[in-house]
Amino acid sequence: MTATEATMSPRLYLQAQTRWRPAEIVFWLATLLPYLLFPDYLSLASQIAITGLFAMSLDLILGYAGIVSLGHAAFFGVGAYTAGLLSKYGWGEPLSGLVVAAAAAAIVGYATSFVICRFRHLALIMLTLGFGLLLKELANSAGWLTGGMDGLQGIHTWKLLGRFAFDLYGYVAYSYALAVLFVLFLFARRLIHSPFGLSLRGIRENFVRMPAIGAPSRAHIRTIYTIAAAIAGVAGAVLAQTTETVSLDSLDFERSAEVVVILVLGGPGRLYGGLIGAIVFMVARDQFSGIEPQYWYFWIGILLVGVVLFLPNGILGGLAKLTSLWSRS
Amino acid sequence: MLPPVFGVLFDGLAYGMLLFLLSVGQSVTLGMMNFINLAHCSFAMLGGYVTATLMNRYGWPFFATLPCAFIGAAVVSVAFERTLFRRLYRAGELDQVLLTIGIVFISVAVAAYIFSTDQQPLQLPPYLRTSFTFMGIRFAAYRLILIALALAITVALVLGIEYTRFGAKVRAAVDNERMARGLGIDVGRTFAITFALGSGLAGLGGALAIEIVGLDPSFAFTYLIYVLIVVSVGGLGSISGSFAAAIVLGISDVAGKYYIPQLGAFLIYLVMISLLMWRPLGLLGRR
Repeated sequence: MTATEATMSPRLYLQAQTRWRPAEIVFWLATLLPYLLFPDYLSLASQIAITGLFAMSLDLILGYAGIVSLGHAAFFGVGAYTAGLLSKYGWGEPLSGLVVAAAAAAIVGYATSFVICRFRHLALIMLTLGFGLLLKELANSAGWLTGGMDGLQGIHTWKLLGRFAFDLYGYVAYSYALAVLFVLFLFARRLIHSPFGLSLRGIRENFVRMPAIGAPSRAHIRTIYTIAAAIAGVAGAVLAQTTETVSLDSLDFERSAEVVVILVLGGPGRLYGGLIGAIVFMVARDQFSGIEPQYWYFWIGILLVGVVLFLPNGILGGLAKLTSLWSRS
Repeated sequence: MLPPVFGVLFDGLAYGMLLFLLSVGQSVTLGMMNFINLAHCSFAMLGGYVTATLMNRYGWPFFATLPCAFIGAAVVSVAFERTLFRRLYRAGELDQVLLTIGIVFISVAVAAYIFSTDQQPLQLPPYLRTSFTFMGIRFAAYRLILIALALAITVALVLGIEYTRFGAKVRAAVDNERMARGLGIDVGRTFAITFALGSGLAGLGGALAIEIVGLDPSFAFTYLIYVLIVVSVGGLGSISGSFAAAIVLGISDVAGKYYIPQLGAFLIYLVMISLLMWRPLGLLGRR
């Protein structure tokens, strides 16, 4: 840290943080490359954008507020089922579907956040896990509504903005997923570079001491948990609308675990970590999918052990270390 | 004649005993080092596969395979503890969760590679497959033996923890690790032995579980959730807490599936969340 940075006023510090770096602009321009380079893989690209959005929502609570959640798929599933059911019962307009799905996930998130904010450590992990499992069992037993094990059938998404039909090649699906991702990314970026975002990091570092400097830890956790739930719900809704199916595995424990893996692989607490992690993870899975799926789990396991032992802050953390070494020498 | 509720209680008790065997090691090691080991059920699964292999491929009698399941799980777990887990005792819970989930993934894949994803068949000797009816309730011989075995182990554990020198060291390390170190107790060594014993019991539980819940590679995930519920509800480091929690959980799971089958596993998750909200440190947790 240089002397000017240390004496910077809080307002200037936050302004400096919000400035766009060249690498960020390159990253977002690169998200347009699939149209040119891999037109056959656009549906994979839209899956990546959805997963990236989901991982980014987890980053807000895990990376910034330090809430380890093993049940984040609950909100993804709530969003997916809300959008799916809305479309099944006659309202297939995608954008308003997203809003309703976000609202439904936010309501569930807000309700559970009153419990979440009271606990830390193991009890917290167990409660998030428990809520996720509970919701899956609920969806499973309410077969008349959700279709149970067979999944939700009969979803039809209307044309986007009344003009663009969702096609087989995924042009519209990818554009839609990417646009939603970008808009919500801008929102999350603004959020974490606000005083509120700074106090979240404070809570992550010391939950007990933050109230002493006037930041109500529990109220902040409730807010960010609700926001993260809404974003996860949007991710689920985009998946439901673009694939026109919702199955029970959108609520699975495996999905919750997978998104934690993706985020940690990319690097938590950096906002881009979830996106980078989603790209690496989904492309790797696509390449490995020719082999039996159970061997894929073997490689995820190896990856996880490797990341924890050798790359504690994920890919982005490793890169940051490399660049700081580079600039010092 | 007893009403059918006693049959449900009996089955629930047998199931609870199984859960207790699977989770007691996790509870003690978690209380000692605060190390969240999600791979605990992978060691249980290992024990199950040891028994299944010895019986099906080499024709060993069932009871002779049980000590091998115990020893196999204990030896493998302590190898992991010495090489991998000990690096993370001071790390945050996220790192511990991730590393051990990674091991669960690996173990599931390896089990599927060696044994395929099918259920393992297990041919128990005829005297274990019998059952008798007493006052209108059917008692399966296997479940009776399971309960007796688990009770014997519980008594041995409680006595061992309470009255042996090693047990005193374990209690000291659970209560206050730094103080125990200060008194010259080799906490690392004590922990390694406790870890091996706990995983061995899990391996035994995995072997005994085959007859009741079956064995396939997803075992490591499915029962991980049950074990975590028992541990967090029972309270860390508390054997009697785990015992009580396992019985409550076993009975409510069996009763829920018997009386309200459409709810599925919903009931036990509800029980777990309410218990955790009522007592976040577990039924008998002290910290």
